[in-house]
Amino acid sequence: MLLSGADIIVKTLIEQGCDVVFGYPGGQIIHVYDSLYKYSDELQHVLTAHEQGAVHAADGYARSTGKPGVVFATSGPGATNLVTGIATAFLDSVPLIAITGNVPNHQIGTDSFQEIDITGITLPITKHNYFVGSVEDLADTIREAFRLAISGRPGPVLVDIPKDVQIAKCEYEPEEAVTPDEPFAAKEIRISQAAECINECERPFIYFGGGLITSGAKDEMLQLADRIDAPLGCSMMGLSGVPTDHPRFLGMQGMHGHYACSTAMHNADCIIALGARFNDRVTGNRTKFAPKAKIVHIDVDGSELSKNLSDAHGLRGDLKQTLLKLLPLIKESKHPEWQTKIEGFKAVELANSDRREGLTPKNAIMALNRKLCPSTPVCTDVGQHQMWAAQYVNCKAPRRFISSGGLGTMGFGLGAAIGAAYGTGERSVLITGDGSFGMCLNELATAVTYNVPVVILLMNNGVLGMVRQWQTLFFDKHYSNTVLDRKTDFVSLARAFGAEGEKATTVEELEKALVNAFAANGPYLIDCTIDKDEFVLPMLPPGGSMDDIITKVGE
Amino acid sequence: MNRYTVAVLVRNQFGVLNRVTSMFRRRQFNISTLTVSETETNEYSRITVVFDGEENYKQQLINQLYKLPDICSIKELTVENSLCSELMLIKMENNPSTREDIRAAAQAFGATIMEYSKDSIVFQLTGDSRKIDDFINLMRDYTILEICRTGIVSLERGSTTIRKVTNL
Repeated sequence: MLLSGADIIVKTLIEQGCDVVFGYPGGQIIHVYDSLYKYSDELQHVLTAHEQGAVHAADGYARSTGKPGVVFATSGPGATNLVTGIATAFLDSVPLIAITGNVPNHQIGTDSFQEIDITGITLPITKHNYFVGSVEDLADTIREAFRLAISGRPGPVLVDIPKDVQIAKCEYEPEEAVTPDEPFAAKEIRISQAAECINECERPFIYFGGGLITSGAKDEMLQLADRIDAPLGCSMMGLSGVPTDHPRFLGMQGMHGHYACSTAMHNADCIIALGARFNDRVTGNRTKFAPKAKIVHIDVDGSELSKNLSDAHGLRGDLKQTLLKLLPLIKESKHPEWQTKIEGFKAVELANSDRREGLTPKNAIMALNRKLCPSTPVCTDVGQHQMWAAQYVNCKAPRRFISSGGLGTMGFGLGAAIGAAYGTGERSVLITGDGSFGMCLNELATAVTYNVPVVILLMNNGVLGMVRQWQTLFFDKHYSNTVLDRKTDFVSLARAFGAEGEKATTVEELEKALVNAFAANGPYLIDCTIDKDEFVLPMLPPGGSMDDIITKVGE
Repeated sequence: MNRYTVAVLVRNQFGVLNRVTSMFRRRQFNISTLTVSETETNEYSRITVVFDGEENYKQQLINQLYKLPDICSIKELTVENSLCSELMLIKMENNPSTREDIRAAAQAFGATIMEYSKDSIVFQLTGDSRKIDDFINLMRDYTILEICRTGIVSLERGSTTIRKVTNL
């Protein structure tokens, strides 16, 4: 059938299984919005308050479903407002399709009104991007964008479409939704070498990242863990990969990781890394990291295998497929001595654990845990509250802990929570801080307009807590620009947007507020008072090793 | 430090060179020479990259190249398995006192005269980079006006082609 470019965009998205688009209209994408009007029965559009909110929503949708999230923006400032969100998705390997309008072909390169070289700008933060110069290439380019976004290590792809291409007509035939490229298969010889290494070890440790969730390899990993009697730990991106209460799971590793997990990893003689990349927040000082460990590293992205650590055995391949090939070569083994040691690490962790009463960060999140369903997506912003969430949220199913890991984007959470609610059809939870929430709180308007049920737990300590914590520890308590001292009344603010909310200063008030929040038909904000001197512990100082771990803060 | 030569077959589309060099820049790969040209087919262009570094650095550069969707195949070319060549134009001052020495050196290296004028001579020299470096060093005793080098181009020996390599 003969369709306009704008219609082809919408029809191709529908054909690729897209059911909701987040975005914001403008002059150079107005024709696409006209097509959305026409096809509104088949494709829902969520209008956000700002393009950044839209791209974070598409990201939250993608993380909670595994399907690519789609965002629309106009040219110029519309497109540049996507940049932080695209970079966020890029660093966390989230499949995302960003579609931007641009000025007509004949005006490209003339600095015309709202013209910007968005393919140039997003070159380093996309898996790939396209400028579609003619309508004949449009449908296939969008299909290729979907294929790239979901193949191998997922990531964002941007498609920039000039206005005349949206207007021009061409023949369109619907096609099947694309499937991911066949993943690279790890070499047999590498697999058997890795198996040998694993079979020889006495103190195995399995360290997994976001790749485990992407590949859906949870069961295979648990089989491996049982067979070699290994504890499990993860990077922040791996959280929700296994249920928090799984008996082998020691928690998160790294700068603010669980003590038992970091210590076990440090003492292991073999680390089996699954879909994780040994980021600096995980390893600290790389020369002192896990000194006795051989490393078996499986990742779908070959460039990760020797990037941060020199690996004993790098296996490039899809995690699930590679584990399935590896498992038959692994001997059943028990390591009672190692397990005793691990029990010792856990005992130390327990002894150091925070048992204070009152509205501490831990108690706030524990109160929230009591209200969570297994299917509730929990999103966070970035800062102290994010680490408390990572340490204490009780995750029950994969894709239910959503947080900006690689880029650490403050302001990510509210958009992501809206997207996750659309993706899962569930009430979503946002754990945020007063700093992060202040960055993109305009999306409250979106949540209210579309009646999106988001429980917002605002951990309000009146300071930029994470930077302040560093200032306390490493900058002689010079609290430079981290004391907010704002007069914002967040409950009134929520009401001004048309949402509901209440303040909680005690655990009892918080519990009552949570009951109201989880019954609300729409967004509900809880302004939860947290002391400004609360710390995220334990802490490995930046560039430090396990010898430098801080578990308590002295006077 | 070793010197590596890597040949890269890329889709022949606008912006591809920018994607490749942008990756080199943001990951701080330092490139010695880079050449781009058309190939036996319209579909592909060929990039030849020469750089210095350790084995790990080379592997990382190749792995990062592989992640660019426009890259079709990559082949490391070594002294043993490949033929390398470079072309240089060098413009020398032409004066009666040095003219004969310069011409004699050029003749010894097999450089040809591209242009001869009252004040300058332009030589063209092809060969491996070492030979070209040697010639330049010799010319430093005289007055060099300008130099332009193409960077290395390289093909594998024998009938194998880069298009048969799909991955490493």
